[in-house]
Amino acid sequence: MPGYQLKINGKSFTVDVASDTPLLWVLRDHLNLVGTKYGCGIASCGACTVHMNGTAVKSCMLPVSGLANAEITTIEGLSENGDHPVQLAWEEVDVAQCGYCQAGQIMTASALLKKNPKPTEQEIVKTMHGNICRCGAYHRIREAVKLASTKI
Amino acid sequence: MKSTRRDFLKLSGCLTIGFSIGGISPEHFSPLINELPESIKRYPNINSWIEVLANGHVRIFTGKAELGQGIRTAIAQVAAEELDLEMDNVEVMLAETERTPNEGYTVGSGSIEQSAMAVRFASAAARMKLTELASKKLNVPVEEIIITNGKVYANNGGNSLTFADLLEGKQISGNVPPTVALKPRQKYKLVGKAVPRDDIKAMVRAEHVYVQDLRFPGMVHARVIRPPSYGAALKKFDEQYVKKRVPALLKTVRNGNFLAVIAADEHDAIRAQKSMAFSAVWSSPKMITDSEKNIKEFIKKQPSQPERVHETGKLSVESFTHTAQYYKPYIIHGSIGPSCSVALWDKEKLHVWTHTQGVYPLREAIAGLLRIPEENIHVKGIPGSGCYGHNGADDVSADAALIAMQFPGRHVRVQWSREEEHAWEPYGSAMIMEAAATLDGAGKIINWKYDLWSDTHSTRPGGKAENLLAARYIENPLTSGDKGYSGGAVRNSQPYYTIPNQQINSNFFKGPLRVSALRSLGAYANIFAVESFMDELAEKAGKDPFEFRLMHLDDERAKAVVIKLREMTKDQQTSPGTGLGIAFSRYKNSAAYCAVAALVETSPDLRLIKMWSAIDAGEVINIDGIKNQTEGGMIQSASWTIKEQVKFDGKRITSADWGTYPIFRFIETPEVEVEVLNRPDEEALGAGEAAQGPASAAIVNAIYKANGKRVRDLPVM
Repeated sequence: MPGYQLKINGKSFTVDVASDTPLLWVLRDHLNLVGTKYGCGIASCGACTVHMNGTAVKSCMLPVSGLANAEITTIEGLSENGDHPVQLAWEEVDVAQCGYCQAGQIMTASALLKKNPKPTEQEIVKTMHGNICRCGAYHRIREAVKLASTKI
Repeated sequence: MKSTRRDFLKLSGCLTIGFSIGGISPEHFSPLINELPESIKRYPNINSWIEVLANGHVRIFTGKAELGQGIRTAIAQVAAEELDLEMDNVEVMLAETERTPNEGYTVGSGSIEQSAMAVRFASAAARMKLTELASKKLNVPVEEIIITNGKVYANNGGNSLTFADLLEGKQISGNVPPTVALKPRQKYKLVGKAVPRDDIKAMVRAEHVYVQDLRFPGMVHARVIRPPSYGAALKKFDEQYVKKRVPALLKTVRNGNFLAVIAADEHDAIRAQKSMAFSAVWSSPKMITDSEKNIKEFIKKQPSQPERVHETGKLSVESFTHTAQYYKPYIIHGSIGPSCSVALWDKEKLHVWTHTQGVYPLREAIAGLLRIPEENIHVKGIPGSGCYGHNGADDVSADAALIAMQFPGRHVRVQWSREEEHAWEPYGSAMIMEAAATLDGAGKIINWKYDLWSDTHSTRPGGKAENLLAARYIENPLTSGDKGYSGGAVRNSQPYYTIPNQQINSNFFKGPLRVSALRSLGAYANIFAVESFMDELAEKAGKDPFEFRLMHLDDERAKAVVIKLREMTKDQQTSPGTGLGIAFSRYKNSAAYCAVAALVETSPDLRLIKMWSAIDAGEVINIDGIKNQTEGGMIQSASWTIKEQVKFDGKRITSADWGTYPIFRFIETPEVEVEVLNRPDEEALGAGEAAQGPASAAIVNAIYKANGKRVRDLPVM
């Protein structure tokens, strides 16, 4: 198996895995970055969202072989001390119930605010469309994204 | 996780300090003898619930699981309150066999009512014992002992002691007396407040550990190859083919029709699962009916012996002025994180890490499945993705246990796929509800007949191995002749209204799909029907929906939530094409009161604009916990009501992912507003399921107001 060079959360890693291995499994099983979650494996729930060169992407369908020059950020690397404005807003609004989908939600929201620090309600809803939450915390997520946007 | 197995082993031989109840003067007792919570009756010793740590902090043991309902925080609040500790100085240990009390299942919104109340009494008793100990140690009367922020001192000054100083390495022991004095509510600093959940801080930083995230040295990954349809038999498979495709395959486990693969790497296990599934040949049994479209006819064709659930007065069956039939389809739990478990057979003991709702019943069921003694099994509860009832949690643990027994000495992790979770979990049953009523000249209901048809609402293992999915596929399959818990079907089938003549009947059927407990059980469908019918009757009687409900309610607390909801929505204007609907119920007719309103727009397309709820869950422990559960409950129920039903084609489940079984996404989510009516002097009640039923009826009632179309068959779309 070839070794793949990856840049994740500012650090370089080499992993020996099959070329079609999705980034999600590399993160969770080879690099012990388990904050990124498995939800559906077909990019339809958003639980596995990470940043690739600053853009939110679903890591469960992203083969490791295509990431040679990519800068990947996971929830673990979103901020040094867990104090990204989106993380703080999430805490302030007490968003989560079970919390399983929340890492993905936070990664999609933080990528949005990086590109568009003052999104409209419609822009928030449209961007967050790919992230589902079965506990029904959507309204709090929306509120937290708005709150974070006032602090970015 | 702050505690480890090693801590437990060290502690299991710990010393305890016993006290005699007679050691405290009677004036310190509450004048009333308390009715002790059931969990305390079963585990009366304080040290079953509380351990004082070396640093003076306290560890609380609960037999309940954290399902995202925030029970850990609510329990910590109650303990910190009674013991006058800071929240940071209390940690809560979740269900684990051998370690925590056996509190059965974490279900039915019972964690506050059972576990938090047990902890309250145990903490109050612990405080009493600590006071007594301090009195002896400091040589002052108990009246002069002050406990604040975990410090104990005499009110004449002097040095303060921690709980650990007082105990000198021992633990508090002795039964919780029914006379224990609870802290007066006026002195509460934490209970009733929106104390933030600590686990949310950990979640946003990816520090929260879910069962899916457990990693052990040498851990291997296993996957089960599912048959194409329920009850299919494995005819053949080709291990050599799989080995060629996935050389990393470590082992194939076959036990009858149960087939699994093991690999060191998770992605290899997934690839092996796919290859093995491709190579396997199965029989192809047909389901007993061929499509979700025919379920209603199927149900009505089944032979049934109706059970009389309730009867009041004498029903006049000839005089019904209004009748209606309602239908609720099969619905999935739909956890975002598919079920997962880790098991290790160390050749003496089987260890299982699981997100089950009941560690002890699961242990008993696994013992039956593997035919080994329960004592040889240790089950530890670890939070998983929200389950909303009996999903695949127990089944995946049984899978992991079966495979681990064939791969001794290594931690075996089984992660279900999205398709497995969608297609193999036990669904919430389809139901038919038929209502008939008579109005008198004043618009009051004088006759009410209600008949329901439902499959069971619980096939939880409850100690029964045959209820585990794998049990039906192993070499000597275990089958259940038991029809499960039919009590769940009739939950809230009786209206909470004062009606002189009533008759409620329940009919059981065995449906085509695997079913079990889904959040609120039959209450969701029954309240949907009862509250839709109430709305229809209100119109027939020419009454306002609020007024019509109020004129049939006697319970002041029930009236209060309806009146509060009317206040909350009174300024809401409705334009043509929009409608406001309401519904009310008291969950289980004995727990939380909840009234819900929905505002919808039906033109050009159906859009749920806003939902309101007024809820009374008795004494509030954590107000934000109640709000969050009620908001989320309304949104989840709206998704069930508007969009959801499990589909199948006569051989297999065709709702296998979020594309074929869509649920609410952001764009469909309404605004929500919740008001909590705090009743500090009433029993604290669970709030996790109270909104499911009324939310559904409020939505269909709103649709009727908007466009005149009465939705009686769910889902709406």
